[in-house]
Amino acid sequence: MTPMVVSRGTVTIDVERCKGCELCIPACPPAVLHMSTEVNHTGYRYPLLSPGCTGCRACHAVCPDYVFEVYKYDRPRAIELSSPPVAATEVAP
Amino acid sequence: MTEPSPGTAGIQGAHKVASARAGLQVSEDHHLCPGCGHPVAWRILLEVIEELSLAQRAIGVVGHGCYTNIVRMADIDFLQCLHGRAPAVATGVKRVQPQAAVFTLQGDGDMASEGLAEVLHAAARAEKITAIMLNNGVFGDTGGQMTAASVVGQRTKTSLEGRAPEVHGYPVPVAELVAAMPGAVYVARGAVNTAGGVAQTKRYLKRAFETQISGEGFSLVEVLTMCPTGWFVPTAAGPGYLAEQMQPTYPTGPLKDSLRPI
Amino acid sequence: MTAALLQGSRAIADSAIAAGCRFFAGYPMLPFTDLLEAMSAKMPDVGGTCINADSEIEAVNMALGAGAAGARAATGSCGQGIALMQEAIAEAALNEVPLVVFNMARGQQDYWQATRGGGWGDYRTLTLAPKDVAEAVTHTQLLFHLADTYRAPVCLYGDYLVAHTHMSVDVGPLDFGPLPDKSWALDGTAGGTGHARQIWTWAMGRDDAPGPGPDVHWRRLAEKFAAMGDVEARHESFRCEDAEWVIVSFGTAGPFIDYVVEELRAEGVRVGSFRPITLWPFPETPLYEAAGRARGVLVYEVNAGQMVDDVRLAVRGQVPVRFIGGVSIDSSGMRQGDLLTVAAIRSRVMGAIAAGPEANR
Repeated sequence: MTPMVVSRGTVTIDVERCKGCELCIPACPPAVLHMSTEVNHTGYRYPLLSPGCTGCRACHAVCPDYVFEVYKYDRPRAIELSSPPVAATEVAP
Repeated sequence: MTEPSPGTAGIQGAHKVASARAGLQVSEDHHLCPGCGHPVAWRILLEVIEELSLAQRAIGVVGHGCYTNIVRMADIDFLQCLHGRAPAVATGVKRVQPQAAVFTLQGDGDMASEGLAEVLHAAARAEKITAIMLNNGVFGDTGGQMTAASVVGQRTKTSLEGRAPEVHGYPVPVAELVAAMPGAVYVARGAVNTAGGVAQTKRYLKRAFETQISGEGFSLVEVLTMCPTGWFVPTAAGPGYLAEQMQPTYPTGPLKDSLRPI
Repeated sequence: MTAALLQGSRAIADSAIAAGCRFFAGYPMLPFTDLLEAMSAKMPDVGGTCINADSEIEAVNMALGAGAAGARAATGSCGQGIALMQEAIAEAALNEVPLVVFNMARGQQDYWQATRGGGWGDYRTLTLAPKDVAEAVTHTQLLFHLADTYRAPVCLYGDYLVAHTHMSVDVGPLDFGPLPDKSWALDGTAGGTGHARQIWTWAMGRDDAPGPGPDVHWRRLAEKFAAMGDVEARHESFRCEDAEWVIVSFGTAGPFIDYVVEELRAEGVRVGSFRPITLWPFPETPLYEAAGRARGVLVYEVNAGQMVDDVRLAVRGQVPVRFIGGVSIDSSGMRQGDLLTVAAIRSRVMGAIAAGPEANR
């Protein structure tokens, strides 16, 4: 059985608006954000979301560039841990 | 301008709990440095104005600094004024429009350096305005010189070896000075370097506006913000620098609340 | 219409209130202080606000804020305090906030300050210089009208004599027509509608509703001040139609010059007096014409020679222009000294005439 992680929420990330400041990374309590290797059109790396988001809005709180929108799932979802990290999320149920 | 955030149409089986923009915000293109704390402070300020239903009453009196860009970015009445003079200008505005929610938005260079007399006198007169100082300890807009609020040891363009008391004297604690004025009824200091700090600072701003609306007197919220450019530190080191170098001189928390004991 | 014997400062305060002034802020400094005290006493009666500010810089910025919020607002001081207000006066000019500034000067030495401006940028300050309390009463109300009409700072050049002389005056409201529209004023009500208002010297607007920006905005302002200059000049002249010598003076020196002109005319000396009422815009054309009919122009002002520059510009070399004034302060330091007497003026006028035109270059 593949390892599963419960996500209570998710975020959308406007990668083109991000200026790569990385303040969201340590701010995320479940540590499900990490920076990409690709860069956006301005040349900045941007955050990617892994499974396990709680919808706590900490990333939204600290971001100086209004990158995040935060959602809470009506029901928590189990997601495969090995799922690739994503930038914008519409996670399959 | 960038495209609106993807996914604004909604996500199946989920409800939105935070929007990218504050409701009164019309743009995200502030052109400020990566890791700057000012846009975080703007967002919670605009959220408070909206949540207290003050959008059709708010008048912002904005000083000179990087934060002046808010005038381009928010759909509320703004008067951009001379460096340091916002509390005096706001006095004139509030006396003529007493029903308005009048606030100043100033940096530490604006309020602690140029405008120290204005903010102290406005507090002493118990003007029913809310003064907000974004304190990052530098004149950011002019390239990072020392202000009256720069902390001991802080390296700036005019204190390259670090602020030394025997040469540069000591920082001015604006929130403490204002709290000593009987006309000041609510004074607090927050910081936007952590999610918890952001939430706390938002509560301070809300309380400050509440004391204005109920006609108590003068309120001040000092907000410590990050300026990694002015601090000569990497962008991601901003929050840590704020905590380790700024907060010991500027402890956060409410300093005065005339309606509730602290 | 009821006349009352009023001290000038009190008359100006009453006149300002009659014009609808409802915000005043000032810092004590003689000879302006009596105007601040009069406003402090009278404003509460009409539901207005008078603040004894804690500096001149505070006072002018308070008045600027009040004007931006839609009130008829004023401040004042004497020259030394007006010096502190220069940045804010320029600011009001460049962000188009109506503001009336009362300079109750310690004499005539603030002409350059009033007309050249010590602020920043391309702006002009329309300045009226009354000759006595009665004129000051009229000018006060006119200034509030002009400030609103042009959305600009304007100045009354008063002085110790205007402030402290008692005169029988009627301070009833004067009619200048309907009040100008003030929908640009800030009251917060347009917030969140997409049409919130801004007052900003850089006029950059919002990202969703861009403004003209400083380049276009300041160019339009320069044109506005030029247009003001074309139509708002005012002057008074006495016996200049056939004068050989035109004596130019401003403010409270005017009645002294008129007195001397009347005396000398009775003795057969063909002199006339010319008094700019607006220091800016300076009434160049009528002075040019009066000079063109004369042999020489004499400039009398109680300072080291300030208005004489504008006189020379206006006369354009048609005839010699000679400065017959000088620095003169009384022992209190608050007002003109012994040079402002009929005897001294007569002596200087007759001396200049006797020396002849060529000596007057």
